[in-house]
Amino acid sequence: MYNPTVARLTYRALLGRRRAAILCVLPVLLIVIAAAVRSFSGADDQVAANLLGGFALATMVPLIGVIAGTGAIGPEIDDGSIVYLLAKPVKRPTIIFTKLIVAIAVTMAFSAVPTFIAGMILNGNGQQIAIAYTVTALVASIAYAAVFLLLGTVTRHAVVFGLVYALVWESLFGNLVPGARTLSVQQWSLALAERIGTNGFITSDVGLPAAVVLLTAVTVLATWYAGQKLRTLKLAGEE
Amino acid sequence: MTTIDIDHTSRWFGNVVAVNDVTMSIGPGVTGLLGPNGAGKSTLINMMGGFLAPSTGSVTLDGRPIWRNEDVYRQIGIVPEREAMYDFLTGREFVVANAELHGLGAKEAQRALATVEMEYAQDRKIQTYSKGMRQRVKMASALVHDPSVLLLDEPFNGMDPRQRMQLMDLLRRMGAEGRTVLFSSHILEEVEQLAAHIEVIVAGRHAASGDFRKIRRLMTDRPHRYLIRSSDDRALAAALIADPSTAGIEVDLKEGALRIQAVDFGRFTTLLPQVAKAHGIRLLTVSPSDESLESVFSYLVAA
Repeated sequence: MYNPTVARLTYRALLGRRRAAILCVLPVLLIVIAAAVRSFSGADDQVAANLLGGFALATMVPLIGVIAGTGAIGPEIDDGSIVYLLAKPVKRPTIIFTKLIVAIAVTMAFSAVPTFIAGMILNGNGQQIAIAYTVTALVASIAYAAVFLLLGTVTRHAVVFGLVYALVWESLFGNLVPGARTLSVQQWSLALAERIGTNGFITSDVGLPAAVVLLTAVTVLATWYAGQKLRTLKLAGEE
Repeated sequence: MTTIDIDHTSRWFGNVVAVNDVTMSIGPGVTGLLGPNGAGKSTLINMMGGFLAPSTGSVTLDGRPIWRNEDVYRQIGIVPEREAMYDFLTGREFVVANAELHGLGAKEAQRALATVEMEYAQDRKIQTYSKGMRQRVKMASALVHDPSVLLLDEPFNGMDPRQRMQLMDLLRRMGAEGRTVLFSSHILEEVEQLAAHIEVIVAGRHAASGDFRKIRRLMTDRPHRYLIRSSDDRALAAALIADPSTAGIEVDLKEGALRIQAVDFGRFTTLLPQVAKAHGIRLLTVSPSDESLESVFSYLVAA
């Protein structure tokens, strides 16, 4: 199911100079803000929870997910170079699964690791807040990577749709319309954080069992469907 | 011996029919797929390469369907027309990756790079390559698993004459080794130099098939039209019409020129300057008025 050559090509494409720089912007910003907050107002559990929940989880993780998930396959489909993967005796679902693993790893590395560092800076993992949000970021990375990888296979405007989902649906509608929250990767992942962190600091609108089922279902379905899409992919730019 | 069979195959995109009820069989040796731009050559090659499902009919490799069958790629090597090819890798890394995806390794990659004579630049990034170098590395990636079928979409596009010669030599060699080599082109001369067998596609239809000489004769024997201006149009017209190679002459007063229809291309082109010289007429303009490939092809379709 996992092809090391496909993985290597995907890593090199994802971590090319420009994309890697873009991937670094938000994590660096998060850590800088965390350090500033800590130095100005000292360790505060509520501030830590607000910053990690409001910025790290609500903005950074989905955006990193968009860049890594769509970037793992979108550009190759766009410019047609995916033909070199497709014209090989390699099962198409293997290509998707491998790219998913890479997208998850990159999303985790650029979102969960800085979340943990920022959490430790903010309040030294008081009330388990750093750990709780790190686990949330890890779990969310999986689902985001799968969803945005699928977007990368179905549309040439994957980044736009990804941003709309991450910023408009999860952040905007999620804040205004309570119902929208139940259909959000962020809320499902938060259900885990709620369980890990000390009571009261982290809340989710979704129960843990439902969250686990939804996260698993979305990840599996998105990956399966992306594999199917790749089997019947028409390369763009033809007559 | 590997054969690709296209059987009553059509492919449409929405309302546009790109390939219309084509039946052909591509066997060992070099075959040229000739047709004007937009004729459906790429669509056909994409169906043969398993990147496009036929809307109707079938495309098979030795009897096995190509669509949704990753296993056929053990036998097929593809050189796509598009440029994009993991530009951030070096030529060697790219070919090695292609070898690995076939379950092979660096040894086979090196052999393929040697075949296309790209060893000298193999450690440079692909983004620094010229068009011809890219084409050769694409070739190497397609040859790495020693395929019995090689499909090339417009392989000579943008190549300089020397690169063109090299690639032609390579393809000839591949054909002589018994591989099934199919390349598409919209340039008659390319196909003429390389392929003994050609398939002509015009507007999605299979217009002609077979030995190149036969098709070339069809093409050259068709009536040719010329627009000629001279120092004495009427005298020239009178002299030319006496010869059977000229079928008709119209004196176009508005243009101040002769419109000539020649039936014997070879004879007419030698006759014209001789006649002009013998009558002391100066030729000011001699331009073929229907030499576009499209008109050649549409003549073929009608034939």
